[in-house]
Amino acid sequence: MLPVVKLVAQRIALGVLLLFATSILIFVGTLILPGDVAQAILGQSATPQSLANLREEMGLNDPAWLRYFQWLGGVLQGDLGTSLSNGRDIATQIGARLGNTLFLAFWAAIVAVPLAIFLGLLAVRYRDRWPDKLISGFTLASISLPEFFLGYVLIFFFAVKWRWFPSVATIYDSMSFGQKLDAIVLPAAVLTLVILAHMMRMTRAAILNVMQSAYIETAELKGLTTFDVIRKHAFPNAIAPIVNVVMLNLAYLVVGVVVVEVVFVYPGMGQYLVDHVSKRDVPVVQACGLIFAAVYIGLNMTADIVSILANPRLRHPK
Amino acid sequence: MKNIPLAALIGLFFTGLYFLAAILAPLLAPYGMAQIVGDVWEPSSSRHWLGTDSIGRDLLSRMIYGGRTTIFIATAATLLSFFTGSVLGLIAAVIGGWVDQLLSRFIDLIMSIPTLIFALVVLSVMPVTIPILILVMGLLDSTRVFRLARAVAVDINVMDFVEAAKLRGEGRIWVIFREILPNALSPLVAEMGLRFIFAVLFVSTLSFLGLGVQPPQADWGGIVKENKDGIVYGIPAALIPAVAIATLAISVNLVADWVLNRTTSLKGGRG
Repeated sequence: MLPVVKLVAQRIALGVLLLFATSILIFVGTLILPGDVAQAILGQSATPQSLANLREEMGLNDPAWLRYFQWLGGVLQGDLGTSLSNGRDIATQIGARLGNTLFLAFWAAIVAVPLAIFLGLLAVRYRDRWPDKLISGFTLASISLPEFFLGYVLIFFFAVKWRWFPSVATIYDSMSFGQKLDAIVLPAAVLTLVILAHMMRMTRAAILNVMQSAYIETAELKGLTTFDVIRKHAFPNAIAPIVNVVMLNLAYLVVGVVVVEVVFVYPGMGQYLVDHVSKRDVPVVQACGLIFAAVYIGLNMTADIVSILANPRLRHPK
Repeated sequence: MKNIPLAALIGLFFTGLYFLAAILAPLLAPYGMAQIVGDVWEPSSSRHWLGTDSIGRDLLSRMIYGGRTTIFIATAATLLSFFTGSVLGLIAAVIGGWVDQLLSRFIDLIMSIPTLIFALVVLSVMPVTIPILILVMGLLDSTRVFRLARAVAVDINVMDFVEAAKLRGEGRIWVIFREILPNALSPLVAEMGLRFIFAVLFVSTLSFLGLGVQPPQADWGGIVKENKDGIVYGIPAALIPAVAIATLAISVNLVADWVLNRTTSLKGGRG
């Protein structure tokens, strides 16, 4: 077991290092502007005096590396700073919104993951026949459609024409669990469709890859039916790549959720980020960017760790 | 060229149509881009084929001008990402050693942040103009081209004819541009289609979020944003640009698939 522990520990260390480097990149990304944050907030018509005051107030006269470490130190203690546009604490504002976003992503994942695996298996079972072709056609359409298109099509038909679901996914604390679920049906459906295609295609590829192994040929020659071959021999070996696929697509949800929240006016992290990008509220953008990146890196790391644990072949690198 | 499959032909036709409409926009559009010519959200009629938009501009004209903006930005960003990505990728593969390590790890780092999130972080401090959009999108997307170009070039770099060129005493520039680039070109060109689609979707998404092309300049994502309030009254104006984005993306995809299949079969199945 020792080499496994070592590999996993290495991967976690790499993830932490990556997160650290990412925080530098996000910080530097907001430094490369013409003028500075104070100029961006006050606009071109600002007087030199008010600019100087704001710079002093925000600590912009300190060197960049010092501000970076002050920011990072704050983040590590859970202090994300205060918002420039309304002067409130960012951490408390983000808390509830992060919960809402995770709630939405969770339900999308609950529906999408089993469905994608089932359809991926179906595509392999009926390879090159109509179910497979239908599924690959759907995949092509889905990667070509922008997320907001799916969102508005669903709103147009399900919320406006047929009035089955609300068109705006407003959520507040006093709502019951059932009401919340009802409110997020449409956004969750859009997210499901967005990741379903990728997940299906990758599941199909993962299983087909396994299907070309020698032991599958043996099983076929033994006279097992195709479905039994998949169920007993291919699927157990394909679990590792499939879990990998699922994790990668959950990471993809992180991006999809930004657009979908704007479409449905859902009070989550994505909406919050987009609002504050247009207000040029740099501390909020940095905090949100860092959280999104951390979730993304975390999911990718989990995917790698699961592959290491599930596939003994990966434990012995050349 | 006789054996083009039907799907690729359809793809080529629509791709060509969109590009032609983009180039000839001022000749084709019946009204000016920002000209107010009717009531708010008029239904389609013989005067306004697609109806009018949220402040009474002709939607067909806005769609044609919008396509021009969207396609121009996406094309420019794709070209920029190809230039930067493939040059850096080839350099990393040929020089190797610490240059390769440094470039590859840096690209890994950029790719560990979702592209949209990183673009939003940068756009929060940059003035949102078309050159900046092209620059941000092109540079962020070049990371993927870099990986592909490097992977392909590492393979080619150990082939006999490259060895022969090196033994002949050719310089690195010659090896990169005369020996490796021509052989790496076909997988790169096939990838180009996919990057173009990604750029179209990306710029449309940014404009939809209000952080891309700024009004009154028309672009497809922006037209969706301007007309989205009509949806709840059952006015489908916002869906039209979305359909345009989708058909363009599918057409380019069909062409890219065909190019990819052709190039892989030429090379005996090696992707």
